[in-house]
Amino acid sequence: MEWETVIGLEVHVSLSTQSKLFSGSSTKFGAEPNTQANIFDAALPGTLPVFNKDALRMAVRFGVGIGAEIGKRSVFDRKNYFYPDLPKGYQVTQLDYPTVGKGSLTVVLSDGREKEIGVTRAHIEENAGKSLHEDYHGMSGIDLNRAGEPLLEIVSEPEISNAEEAVAYLKKLHTIIRYLDISDAIMAQGSMRCDVNVSIRRVGDTELGTRTEIKNINSFRFVEKAIHSEVQRQQELIEDGGRVIQETRRYNADRDETTPMRSKEVANDYRYFPEPDLLPIVIDDAYIEAIRADLPELPDAKKQRFVEEFKLSDYDAGVLASSRELAEYFELVAKQTGDAKLAANWVSGDLQALLNKNSWEVADCPIQAERLASLISRIKDDTISGKIAKTVFETMIEDASSVDDIIEAKGLKQVTDSGEIEKLVDDVIANNPDQVQQFKEGKEQVIGFLVGQAMQLSKGKANPGQVNALLKDKMK
Amino acid sequence: MALDRSEVEKIAHLARLHVSDAEAEEVTTRITDILALIDQMQSVNTDNVEPLAHPTDAVQRLREDKVTAEINRDELQKLAPKSQDGLYLVPKVMD
Amino acid sequence: MIEKTVAELSAALAAGDISSVELTQTYLNRIGQLNSELNAFITVCEDSAMQQANAADTARAGGDSGALLGIPIAHKDIFCTEGVLTTCGSRMLHNFVSPYNATVVERLNSAGVVTLGKTNMDEFAMGSSNETSFFGDVRNPWDTKRVPGGSSGGSAAAVAADLCAMATGTDTGGSIRQPAAFCGITGFKPSYGRVSRWGMVAFASSLDQAGPLTKSAEDAALMLNAIAGLDEKDSTSIDTPTDDYTAGLNNSLEGLKIGIPRQHFAEGLNSEVEQSIRDALKEYEKLGATIKEIDLPNNHLSVSAYYVVAPAEASANLSRFDGVRYGYRCEDPVDLEDMYKRSRSEGFGDEVKRRILVGTYALSAGFYDAYYRKAQKIRRLIKNDFDEAFKEVDVIIGPTSPHTAFELGSKSDPVAMYLEDIYTIAVNLAGLPGISVPAGLVDGLPIGMHMVTNDFEESKLLNIAHKFQQSTDWHTRKPAIKTEEA
Repeated sequence: MEWETVIGLEVHVSLSTQSKLFSGSSTKFGAEPNTQANIFDAALPGTLPVFNKDALRMAVRFGVGIGAEIGKRSVFDRKNYFYPDLPKGYQVTQLDYPTVGKGSLTVVLSDGREKEIGVTRAHIEENAGKSLHEDYHGMSGIDLNRAGEPLLEIVSEPEISNAEEAVAYLKKLHTIIRYLDISDAIMAQGSMRCDVNVSIRRVGDTELGTRTEIKNINSFRFVEKAIHSEVQRQQELIEDGGRVIQETRRYNADRDETTPMRSKEVANDYRYFPEPDLLPIVIDDAYIEAIRADLPELPDAKKQRFVEEFKLSDYDAGVLASSRELAEYFELVAKQTGDAKLAANWVSGDLQALLNKNSWEVADCPIQAERLASLISRIKDDTISGKIAKTVFETMIEDASSVDDIIEAKGLKQVTDSGEIEKLVDDVIANNPDQVQQFKEGKEQVIGFLVGQAMQLSKGKANPGQVNALLKDKMK
Repeated sequence: MALDRSEVEKIAHLARLHVSDAEAEEVTTRITDILALIDQMQSVNTDNVEPLAHPTDAVQRLREDKVTAEINRDELQKLAPKSQDGLYLVPKVMD
Repeated sequence: MIEKTVAELSAALAAGDISSVELTQTYLNRIGQLNSELNAFITVCEDSAMQQANAADTARAGGDSGALLGIPIAHKDIFCTEGVLTTCGSRMLHNFVSPYNATVVERLNSAGVVTLGKTNMDEFAMGSSNETSFFGDVRNPWDTKRVPGGSSGGSAAAVAADLCAMATGTDTGGSIRQPAAFCGITGFKPSYGRVSRWGMVAFASSLDQAGPLTKSAEDAALMLNAIAGLDEKDSTSIDTPTDDYTAGLNNSLEGLKIGIPRQHFAEGLNSEVEQSIRDALKEYEKLGATIKEIDLPNNHLSVSAYYVVAPAEASANLSRFDGVRYGYRCEDPVDLEDMYKRSRSEGFGDEVKRRILVGTYALSAGFYDAYYRKAQKIRRLIKNDFDEAFKEVDVIIGPTSPHTAFELGSKSDPVAMYLEDIYTIAVNLAGLPGISVPAGLVDGLPIGMHMVTNDFEESKLLNIAHKFQQSTDWHTRKPAIKTEEA
């Protein structure tokens, strides 16, 4: 039987405001429990919310950034349920009038195909606190530091057909959010989280199947694995004559399976109604236009410009534009060296590998753009060879000295002195009579071997072009 | 609209209230009476009426994004029925 | 001295005829004598009151002045008061010592008042008789077998019995005006948004409003001067300029257009109450006002709509009382659900639970449109009625309550109790200012006259009330309190 998968994603992003959505408590990560929960956050009687200006600005910035409709009048609602990490007994969110309406993202898939995925809406809401399950005499501990932090929940249309598209969508969202500087969007820290709605149907069916919701997945890889595992579970269930029930599930990475969440099943009648402690948020065109004017160049535009301005391939431009920091890094190196191709190779190659290996952000990297640019400049002016440059690059990770100092100190400067090179070439010719004979008999490709010998002898420092020319000259 | 006991129990659960067997009948009757009072408004046609959520037509003010809270955790936790190590304690949370 | 108005006491303090310490001690003595009979106070703050009185006298000696400096006040126990028990009349908060002050309290403190204590009230302000308090019934000083009205019954009884010079209250459907009427004092509900709700335990957020209970309209103006105005901590507090509310008190009423709603002089109104109001209207005619009948055609739906909106908002507002961070938690909960259910069922009284259930029902899946949304539409119709009326008249006048104070325990049916607020509730739904002033006595019990002006016309309303009190003496009548010792 042929099945198709229908996926919708709900992504929660923590907006990077200084203070909470409705109170003046700090949002700093990692504080002692309940030291960032004031009387409002702890829902003391009589306390009231006042809305954070920057949370609105960031939400609208996102909306404008993805070309979405902006709600000029948005309204907060109360979503009612009891949970110990939800101090008021309701979450303030936006149901009918979200700040961001319909928009879309375009993703590029591994086969090069582009797909536009609709964003249904993005609304502002408050985060809940944390329940700590370590044992306190058989009880749970509640930390409200996170309670009331501003979230943007971004809801996609159910237009995602498989795990690859889901991950591509998430990565694109991640990139845009980082470009817009509205959130760290670090999945491992929970500042970006994903709920996945999955259903399957027979190919050709028009109605959607019953969906399940997999909650709180915190890495791209787990999103992919959770979708695979849930799709397979649903297929096997239906093929065995069973029925998918609408429920909330959790992905267990160790066992690579999804399991139902018990607590969320019962009575999800949230009794939404307009939050009477807050008034409608009204914004005008001038507000939206000011935000639009303040937008940075976004990834699609940047990629396009890289292709046109620097003549990069689509692929290279895409890789570099996938991170604002990486793209800015690249541009600096390209401009400083005047060699975009070489800059692109180094940034998307060695530098990216270094970042990945150490899980560094660009800002954490000990080799900043100016230093990499000097390194590349030394290749271009023949001070060192490309191969030696790799060695210098390795050294630069540990050694903060300038590129020139490192080259000098390690004696890596390329040998261009014709006397020295002549001596090298003479040695090679003397030590390899067989190869010299072969060359003279017309087997010209043997020159590579001889140049290699010279390079080895010079510990890589000889200028290979010069060696090559002199060798040929002497063997004539 | 008349309520039956099972509906009252469903609502009571949503509101995290316990309605004992002894109270159930009276609670059901009382709420049914109140709903009868409320249902008087059904007699008026409101098809083209815009709902009024709030008496004022003012709009939301915005707060500068600044950390202003002064938090005395110990003072707040003194109010709590049970706390330890700066945490509020509750019976085991299952999720 | 204690029977005097705030304006009079203020003059006496300024003249040095009496000190705040003496005045405070006198009130504390009287509370000591009468509170066991009236049960108007839940908490009396003797020590801190004397300290504040001392501080006020010292400040005055140092050259400070101000209409409220050194004046003893009582706060409804719905206002959070730092370091003082704040119960909201509920077992749920029987041990809740607030770590912060309500804005109303803070502003009055800045004006130099002396806080005598916290007054009894219907639990979470849900009631019209003060019989739902966890701390027992309050008794009406005019007849201790009768209710003082509610929910600000403790404040009204305390002012009427001269246990304080003035008191704060809150009004969600009539909770300042109806007890003021039953106790023969002045009770004023400002426009929604005029006074900050920060620190006021929420019942129904879109209806609640704080206001004064006083011995005269002039005193209400003095109190409003202290508490009115924008508060950044309350998003619904309105940024509209406030007046000096005493400035226009004596303006002429020549040409004033009074509207009397046919619907408020219809079936259900006690005929003697009606006569008192009609007599009062004659006073206004003498002052140059003209009177015309008007219609508030949807007024009869106000109670229905209110009993959706208020319980719905309350059902959410009261969810925070869960036994986790403060307040009552049941003994030895077996699990989380047991903790929630028993803490809330044991912590809340019957009326509060009923309203939570009704509100929960009205918001639940499948009923939202038929109840909550419908009620909001009715709310619009009610507001439209007022808008129409105020195109023709300056003020709407009628009775505050259909009758005088009823006997304790005589209204056991909740629906009958809800209908008590038939004349006052629409004003909350529309967010308008309303005042109740004493306008007569029937069988030795006070009658309240209810007056309403358009949005933010507090100055005009206080002017209209004050002029009546300048030409009549109903507001100066005092109950002869029969205590058990007396």
